[in-house]
Amino acid sequence: MSAAEEVVAEGHQAVEAVPKRAMTLGAGTSIVVLLLLLAVPLFAKNFIIFQLTQLLYLGLAVLALNILTGGSGQFSLGQSAFYAIGAYVTAVLMEQFNVNYALCLPIAGVLCFGAGFLFGQPALRLSGVYLALATFALATAMPQLLKLNFLEHWTGGVQGLVVTKPDAPFGLPMSQDMWLYYFTLVVTLAIYVFSVNLLRSRSGRAFMAIRDNEIAASAMGVNVALYKTLAFGVSAGITGVAGGLSAIAVQFVAPDSFTITLAIQLFLGMVVGGVGWLPGSIVGAAFIIFVPNIAEGISKGLSGAVFGVLLFLVIYLVPHGARQVAILSQQLAGRLRKN
Amino acid sequence: MELFTNQILAGIATGAIYACMALAVVMIYQAIDHLNFAQGEMAMFSTFISWQLMQWGVPYWGAFVITLAFSFVGGIAIERILFKPLAKAPILTNVAGFIALFAIINSSAGLIWDFTIKQYPTPFGSAPFLGSQLISTHQAGMIGVTVLLLIGLYFFFQYTRIGLAMRAAASLPESARLVGINTSWMIALGWGMAAAIGSIAGMLIAPVVFLEPNMMGGVLIYGFAAAVLGGLSSPFGAVVGGFLVGIFENLAGTYIPGVGNELKLPIALALIISVLVVKPAGLFGRHIVKRV
Repeated sequence: MSAAEEVVAEGHQAVEAVPKRAMTLGAGTSIVVLLLLLAVPLFAKNFIIFQLTQLLYLGLAVLALNILTGGSGQFSLGQSAFYAIGAYVTAVLMEQFNVNYALCLPIAGVLCFGAGFLFGQPALRLSGVYLALATFALATAMPQLLKLNFLEHWTGGVQGLVVTKPDAPFGLPMSQDMWLYYFTLVVTLAIYVFSVNLLRSRSGRAFMAIRDNEIAASAMGVNVALYKTLAFGVSAGITGVAGGLSAIAVQFVAPDSFTITLAIQLFLGMVVGGVGWLPGSIVGAAFIIFVPNIAEGISKGLSGAVFGVLLFLVIYLVPHGARQVAILSQQLAGRLRKN
Repeated sequence: MELFTNQILAGIATGAIYACMALAVVMIYQAIDHLNFAQGEMAMFSTFISWQLMQWGVPYWGAFVITLAFSFVGGIAIERILFKPLAKAPILTNVAGFIALFAIINSSAGLIWDFTIKQYPTPFGSAPFLGSQLISTHQAGMIGVTVLLLIGLYFFFQYTRIGLAMRAAASLPESARLVGINTSWMIALGWGMAAAIGSIAGMLIAPVVFLEPNMMGGVLIYGFAAAVLGGLSSPFGAVVGGFLVGIFENLAGTYIPGVGNELKLPIALALIISVLVVKPAGLFGRHIVKRV
């Protein structure tokens, strides 16, 4: 995961003061994290494994938003729409056409890439809050569009679709939950490595040049229109895969699971994890999954207020999210080593 | 034809509310360059305050004035306590702050006044206006109050020292500071005024949508749409945008087959996006020329 180093080093100006070297997750840390992710399900109950799976695919969706916003500087409140398309494509292919689930995900990804690329075309002319409103509109419209009558034959209309959970292949002695967890883990890792490399590549540099100064980038010969829509497409594609995974894990898709609330959650996940810092996506996902539960535990009637207060605490104490915590702890560790 | 006129007038009446909301959004946007996602919840909370006052026996206009004062002070307090520390934080952090504020206000209102739907009185009555079947007195009242508010704001910004200072602080903060304007307090003042304007919108629409903690959700989206359509840098544009959105929403719901209530919002938003694609700064917004 040390590849994240350069991605972060190019990141937002606000963290410029921090030395470049201090921003990696580090090879050692990443191996520890990976081992933990591999080992935990062996000792956990099925429900916890399910929650971990949820953490992975929501983390993937946050990562996708991170590529768009952290990478190319475009703002989206409409990720839930692409997530919904991915989930529905997967569910419909699996249930109505008996396609293998592992094959559904790439199809969902490619379709969402197309949808994102197309949506990026008109969105090109918009920036900042105007783009936010356009994507917001997309997210608001999506649940209604999924309920449309002429699609009902495939989508099940308001009722939604039930999805069968796949068994572990080759007669592996694993519960369905555990198999799905490892399956999700493999997909997530593959996309993570792809994303890190994408942001380090020529295209990734073009994204960041656009984010930092669009006019300068275009003056330097970067094809702004192409790379902006490309960022939209890639982000939508990954979000679609995440949505597909969620459909399999939850075993159910319905229009009202993909409202604007989901888009806002993904956005919060990105902010809490640290914009532009890919490993932070999982931390952000953890925040949006577990903090509402904690809030509920503190006070049932006031859970929304408790959630809001916790969110305020996070953005006051660490305005750059988990990335800032990582940097601080690394500096602390470095200081301890010197003494 | 009667149906058409009727729909246009009803559109103008709801458009007046969207215009108020859009005006509040633009007030804060001018002051701090952010869209306040909690604007609707702030308005909802103010409306509940006025409702509570009336339950305690305060007459309508008394409650109206007290609520305006409360909202003004409340808006300033929110800026001073919650958002001043975030002034230098990245834009996305600020948006997260607005969402947090949204959650806090929504949940507290639910706890204090619970989620049941409440009747809210109208000071204008609901009889047909001037004997005409086309528009009710409440709708006429909504339009009237919005127009009065607009005239008031126009005079405030055009002819008072403090209005001028606020405009200066919004357009060129550094220069404003150099000539001795306290820009930090101008921002707080912008918040206070936006909260007060929002509370007017809330109190005017409450008789129509009924009073409950989620009542402003739809209204705020239309308010945003109106503000963006008219151009975020133009209060006048926001108001025109509000009326246009109101009229279009009603016409689309009536005349486009298969739209109905469910698809009204997506259709209205789709129209707005089409307008923005053609004219990205909104109808009346300034186009900002950038340089490297």
